[in-house]
Amino acid sequence: MKLFNIILLALFVIVIIIASNYLGQQAYNWLPTPAALEAQPVGDLFSFLVTLGSLVFLGVLGMLLYSIVSFRAAKGDKSDAQPIKGNLTLEIVWTVIPLILVIWITSYSYNIYQKMNILGNLPIVHLHNPLEESAYAAENPQASETIEVTARQWSWSFYYPSSNITSSQLHLPLNQRVKLLLKSEDVIHGFFVPNFRIKQDIVPNRTIELRLTANRIGKYQLEDSQFSGTYFSLMKADVYVDSLDTYSKWLTQAKNQKPTLETNLAAAEHKRYITDPAHFHWPTVVPAN
Amino acid sequence: MTNIADSNQAHSKTHWREYFGFSTDHKVIGVQYLVTSFIFFLIGGLLAMIVRAELLTPQLDVVNRSLYNGLFTMHGTIMIFLWIFPANLGLANYLVPLMIGARDMAFPKLNAIAFWQIPIVGILLLLSFFLPSGTAQAGWWSYPPVSIQNPSGHLINGEFVWLLAIAISGVSSIMGGVNFVTTIIQMRAPGMTYFKMPVYVWTIFSAQLLQLFCLPALTGAAIMLLFDLSFGTDFFSPFKNGDPIIYQHLFWFYSHPAVYVMALPAFGVFSEVIPAFARKPLFGYKVVAVSSFIIAIVGTFVWAHHMFASATPNWMRIFFMASTMLVAVPTGVKVFAWVATLWKGKLHLDTPMLFCLGGIVMFLFAGITGVMMASAPFDIHVNNTYFVVGHFHYVVFGTVTMAIYGGIYFWFPKITGRMYIESWGKIHFWLTFLGANLNFFPMHPVGLQGMLRRVSSYDPQYTGWNIVASLGAFLLGMSTLPFVANIISSWLRGHKVGNNPWLASGLEWTVSSPPPVENFAEIPIVTREPYDYGEQISRVNSDLHSI
Repeated sequence: MKLFNIILLALFVIVIIIASNYLGQQAYNWLPTPAALEAQPVGDLFSFLVTLGSLVFLGVLGMLLYSIVSFRAAKGDKSDAQPIKGNLTLEIVWTVIPLILVIWITSYSYNIYQKMNILGNLPIVHLHNPLEESAYAAENPQASETIEVTARQWSWSFYYPSSNITSSQLHLPLNQRVKLLLKSEDVIHGFFVPNFRIKQDIVPNRTIELRLTANRIGKYQLEDSQFSGTYFSLMKADVYVDSLDTYSKWLTQAKNQKPTLETNLAAAEHKRYITDPAHFHWPTVVPAN
Repeated sequence: MTNIADSNQAHSKTHWREYFGFSTDHKVIGVQYLVTSFIFFLIGGLLAMIVRAELLTPQLDVVNRSLYNGLFTMHGTIMIFLWIFPANLGLANYLVPLMIGARDMAFPKLNAIAFWQIPIVGILLLLSFFLPSGTAQAGWWSYPPVSIQNPSGHLINGEFVWLLAIAISGVSSIMGGVNFVTTIIQMRAPGMTYFKMPVYVWTIFSAQLLQLFCLPALTGAAIMLLFDLSFGTDFFSPFKNGDPIIYQHLFWFYSHPAVYVMALPAFGVFSEVIPAFARKPLFGYKVVAVSSFIIAIVGTFVWAHHMFASATPNWMRIFFMASTMLVAVPTGVKVFAWVATLWKGKLHLDTPMLFCLGGIVMFLFAGITGVMMASAPFDIHVNNTYFVVGHFHYVVFGTVTMAIYGGIYFWFPKITGRMYIESWGKIHFWLTFLGANLNFFPMHPVGLQGMLRRVSSYDPQYTGWNIVASLGAFLLGMSTLPFVANIISSWLRGHKVGNNPWLASGLEWTVSSPPPVENFAEIPIVTREPYDYGEQISRVNSDLHSI
């Protein structure tokens, strides 16, 4: 290869490495503010994926664009180009390198998944699957609080068995590992808080455990991530991550309050529609109050 | 068995009335599939325009919630089962017998029966808009229990009609699978060994084998769901010892390979067009051919990556993460082969080539976001968000639809005997490429930020990207106009062409444009390698309109 071409190629590789690294760093900003311990490894993973992905994308795109620019046929030239049929070395290289890359990504992802240790639908424990070792072994730290999360069409409720209170808001203590017991009364729903980076479908007639440690004080949004029918877009709840002080104050306050019926967004919208003569809609399941 | 033609029949032209009837000629059926599917593409697109109009603003202000759910359910169902599958079948039906040197498919009557089920499926789905209960409203994947809640209480409801339509579509596709696999195995011309077949035939072969093996799972699941919905069974009822997760496995066992059924023919089109417009052989032909099979086989073992956030145990998530990552390797090999074909070629950037190049670029992006989502911990964040919607639209629109357009332009002169208008084709390409990227790119950032899919209203923080996406969608809608105008006017009055206006390799270019009724006056004996560009072969574009 000509020296000029070698230099050009080297420059191209340097530029795309710099660009990919830059994009990989930017990737943290493309995700919502992390608010749980589980979110940090996901951020690292995403940054890694963006860096590698950008490298491949820019590399292949670069070759494609270079070809389009440099190898145009002359006007009116209908003749054939050189009959280059293939190249065994190249084929091996571009099979083996992607294979190595995906194996790398898979093992990195596996490590991240174990680090997140969120559990989810657990297989039978006594099968003692080697892949599961670290997931069970790290039932440590123990969950300090258990909260039952009940999903129904189309609202959420949260029951704190230790204090015997039911709330339409999810309050979580800061830096404490919490065990969520996810239940559904009717169809499949999904527990998803973008800032926590965790998601779990909730299957009716099963209790699915989810563990997380919220680590940033603030107000976040819980949404139903698994399509669950007519008013699914309105099935939201506020999530508050409180300092331990605020959290215990809230628990005490809630215990002393009389339970009130809260109207949820879905029930409110449905009520508006059925009292509006101009509004036509197909038959729907009625939202629970 | 194919019909033995008498010498008159072999040379007569097809009457236009045959296109509206029960023809058993694979070329007529191919055109029927293409035109029918394109009409449904426009209908499915219209539904998408309404969806994007709703999503222009964060609040619900265009349609009501149940209609919105019906709209996106029908959009997905129509686009998958009435646009992509039949359009691919249309091209394949037309081309495969010609490419392998056969007079027709193995089972011409079965071919026609399979086609005519498509309009029935379409009519059923469209009529369901007028049912008192409305259309199916549980998405194209129709998960129980929500899909079988049936709030209207009627026996004939939207979901019932939808399941019926899916079952009929499944039967039609299985018929097609039987036909194509038999044809490719049994009816290749003398000398046409497997490794002399164009890659397009390899991709159809792999895709149709997938249909045969995997479609029964979906058809079975649809029938069981129908029984749960209407006849009191409890296969998937969670409170009656049924299991809704089994449905998910059955559904995705087919529906993941289904995406390869959609994508493989697109890869086949790229593999035919790129060499023709680079005047160079396909780089690494044998590897590209075999990779189609490898993709099909590996792709059968990845389905639970759609269920990473579902009630799947950890070991299952890890296994399917590994298998999904693996399928990237044979897919990447194809992309590298296409780029290597361009390298040191003599490129002609005509419309078919532009669509294929644009398709490859968008597929590159889609493939990378696909590998990202193969990573289970990352997927748990983006599952069921717009990130997924962006990814798969880059595949089904950015890759497959662009490939179908490219294929239509490339083989239009062969099918009609006339050339399309090149300048309008270029305009169509640029509007489509711009519109598609504007429409589908924004879905990625907004999904990362947490915007869920299938929602009819959203948090105002996502508004900016949604406006861009909706405007892109409207542009995309408009972009179909130059295509329709071009095809119609060129079909009626385009400049007539000879047998090989592109000077391309392949048996279909050795016969007249359009081909005679029985394709070949004499079955060819194949000696040449495929993609024999640069071999000093004289390729003639004769000005014979019909022999």
